[in-house]
Amino acid sequence: MHVVIIGNGITGATAALELRQLDHDCKITMISGESKYHYARPALMYIFMGHMSYQDTKPHADQIWEEQRIDLVRDWITGIDTDAKQLALHKGGDLGYDKLLIATGAKSNKFGWPGQDLEGVQGLYDLPDLQRLHETVQRTRQAVIVGGGLIGIELAEMLHSCGLPVTFLVREDSYWNNILPAEESRMVSRLIREAGFGLKLETGLKEIEGDDSGRACAVITDTDERIECQLVGLTAGVSPNTDLVKDTAIDTGRGVFVDWSLRTNVPDVLAAGDCAEIVTDGDARNLLQQVWYTGKRQARIAAQVLAGREAIYDPGIWYNSAKFLDLEYHTYGQVNLCVPDEQNLYWEHANGNHSIRIVYLQDRVIGINTMGVRFRHRVCEAWIAEQRPLDYVLEHLADANFDPEFFRRFEAHATAQFKEALV
Amino acid sequence: MSLSADTLSYEFDEEEIGFGKPQVAQTAHAQPLSGGLKFSLAMVAVGLLSLIVQTAGGLLAGSWLGLALSLGLLAVGAALAFWLQHRGSVAGIKHDGIYFSGLLARGGAAWIAGIGMTALYVLLYWFPQVLGQPVDGAGPTGLIRVVDPLARVMTGYPAEKWFLYGVLYTGAILVFGVRMMMKYRHDRYQQIRTASVAFFQLIFAWFLPNLLVRFRQPYMEFNGVWPLKQDYLWPEKVAGQFLGAGPFGLFLLGFAIAMVIATPILTYFFGKRWYCSWVCGCGGLAETLGDPFRQLSSKSTSAWKIERWLVHSVLIAVLAVTASLWIDYKMTGNLYGSWAGPLRQWYGFFIGAVFSGVVGVGFYPLLGSRVWCRFGCPQAAILGLVQRFFSRFRITTNGGQCMSCGNCSTYCEMGIDVRAYAEKGENIVRASCVGCGVCAAVCPRGVLKLENGATHADRYHGAERPISALFDALEHSPKLTMPRNE
Repeated sequence: MHVVIIGNGITGATAALELRQLDHDCKITMISGESKYHYARPALMYIFMGHMSYQDTKPHADQIWEEQRIDLVRDWITGIDTDAKQLALHKGGDLGYDKLLIATGAKSNKFGWPGQDLEGVQGLYDLPDLQRLHETVQRTRQAVIVGGGLIGIELAEMLHSCGLPVTFLVREDSYWNNILPAEESRMVSRLIREAGFGLKLETGLKEIEGDDSGRACAVITDTDERIECQLVGLTAGVSPNTDLVKDTAIDTGRGVFVDWSLRTNVPDVLAAGDCAEIVTDGDARNLLQQVWYTGKRQARIAAQVLAGREAIYDPGIWYNSAKFLDLEYHTYGQVNLCVPDEQNLYWEHANGNHSIRIVYLQDRVIGINTMGVRFRHRVCEAWIAEQRPLDYVLEHLADANFDPEFFRRFEAHATAQFKEALV
Repeated sequence: MSLSADTLSYEFDEEEIGFGKPQVAQTAHAQPLSGGLKFSLAMVAVGLLSLIVQTAGGLLAGSWLGLALSLGLLAVGAALAFWLQHRGSVAGIKHDGIYFSGLLARGGAAWIAGIGMTALYVLLYWFPQVLGQPVDGAGPTGLIRVVDPLARVMTGYPAEKWFLYGVLYTGAILVFGVRMMMKYRHDRYQQIRTASVAFFQLIFAWFLPNLLVRFRQPYMEFNGVWPLKQDYLWPEKVAGQFLGAGPFGLFLLGFAIAMVIATPILTYFFGKRWYCSWVCGCGGLAETLGDPFRQLSSKSTSAWKIERWLVHSVLIAVLAVTASLWIDYKMTGNLYGSWAGPLRQWYGFFIGAVFSGVVGVGFYPLLGSRVWCRFGCPQAAILGLVQRFFSRFRITTNGGQCMSCGNCSTYCEMGIDVRAYAEKGENIVRASCVGCGVCAAVCPRGVLKLENGATHADRYHGAERPISALFDALEHSPKLTMPRNE
């Protein structure tokens, strides 16, 4: 059996290594046009800022792929023939497969803005983006970043590290407030301003102006302000990369349609990770998960299915973590989702650098947010999965702390304030 | 079906060419040095100039004022510069540009620094006359003469090369300790740990030992332990010095033995870190002067293999030399033995001087800050065996939060591939880990935490039977780690 995996990101690479554990004999080929070896995409910013070399971002030693008998092909795929079970490669030649896993990831959103394809306009998702950024900064005096979110703030930090002034355009009235509750969003907005970035809230992008050579030279906001800039970062989210599968027999919607076992409508073709859209029957909203751990988790399911086993994807309790400049953020369960009848307890340190939020429904805890305090994933996950009562969680809040030794502990202050608020 | 022409034409060689430093046309807000920083750098320059003049025997050489205006000004200026440099930024991990720096990423400056530091050790060990080592009752000259007034007050003797070395060593730990305190002013683990190594160096390794010299007692550094300080339990020291120095000599011998006994006990409760990154002098220098170079340690599996062979070979060597010296002493009554004497010299030369000094510290800018601790130190080998098989210490990982960025592995001074464990959610229980805590500090996703558990047995499968785990490890050397099914 020959299994071909398209994409060597976290989903492709995890699936390949897991599949080898499950099936010692099959032939595995992993194809990527982006890089020779799997590297950790979240570390792009650290390469640019000089925290790490590119080599440091590779999670595995290079020889592991040979040891595990996973053939690596550095090329782009230009066609998928699902009837003949063949892939066309850009550098020439065809590659046959018995089973195929599509793990092509995502790409930065562009919402049809005039000028969005000018030189100097880009997102930050992959190595080509990083390469482009290196070229663009050479002629950049000012940069504008469109859209607030994790990648936006990372890009701002990167540009700031080489001395470039940055202005954010954020459509909402506070930073990333579709994800962050109002208080946390305010905290991040304040940090952004303290770091010296320009932050224009309730401001959208109308168009990007180009100069004679086809390079971006300014943006016009929807408040008709013109901001001169040579670099426009588009970081208004990502969407599944389905470029390769559109117009094939494989069904797509926003992403590549798959069932809960990550199978597409075409036999022996699976999709997983950022590019996959899990079709849910009965539920109006399909599942589109585009973070690191879901890519890894889906890869394990895909590997089992590729190995001929039955497996069903279980999304588990949602969690995520990130770092906004120097502020760490952890979230577990359902926070800021406007669950009917939800109630919130929120504590914030007077210095504005630490906060703890507990979201509960009736008296059951459904979500936890922390800023500047590390919590234990397994503890929070268990509380939410087991629907622990609020009283229990408040009583045991200190058990969740994961800050390094000797750090100041805030759980006692927070709990005291919460109890007061509850009386 | 369509990939854009842009995508299809992307063929960059990220492995060979890499990305390098972003070239910005104009640094829009490159800030001029602040007045304070200029002042502190001027102090460093004047101190350096004065040091050169005095080393040549010029103005103020050998006076208190000379010492203050040379090494004193140099130390205060450098500490002030570190202070001011960090004070201006928001507290947090600031690693911008490390991989673009010639000094910190094995560029030309690193070679110059490495050769310079190595040269200092070569001069100290083999050509001390160049540094002005006193000969035939004459006073010290050159560089050694600069610290002479301090030596006379502290020890009652004129300065000699090891006094100069002690001053430079302790000064480096204190000055770069200020840098650590400022760099990690958001991190109390790092601050307390830095204060600890600075305290033990200043008091236990410098002040008290110099008092011993002053009161003509056997020399000993109170944070030193056999077999790192191999001679503390050799006949030459025990029978020749401690036992000949009355009750106080017995106290010193008792202290040296107590440290050896305390080693496994403290390591059981706190891991290797209680010594390596909190008390030890070599560790103290590595964690302060060496901190800027921590990313240079090799993370390759072959380096790990060399580490295990080398560090345990040195342990066996020191045990063999120690046993030989005692057998020889008992048989002949001769402190230096009749046949084991050359062994003693051989060990002192290759391990004590070349490995721990010249290579261990001199190569900081090329091989990272813990070369000696990782590949050579026999004390680290003992602590490591206890930590690996019978200790409560472990680094725990935070569920599934790791996103494999690699900051932890990059900044591990011991070359441990921390990420390989973190991304699988496994505890990290490695013999070499000195518990510096920097992996937990640099993690942007809150994944790592140093912990002393309630028991040693819950750290990894098999840990409840440390002896069988030890034999397992001897049979199966660690392989490249593979992802594990949940």
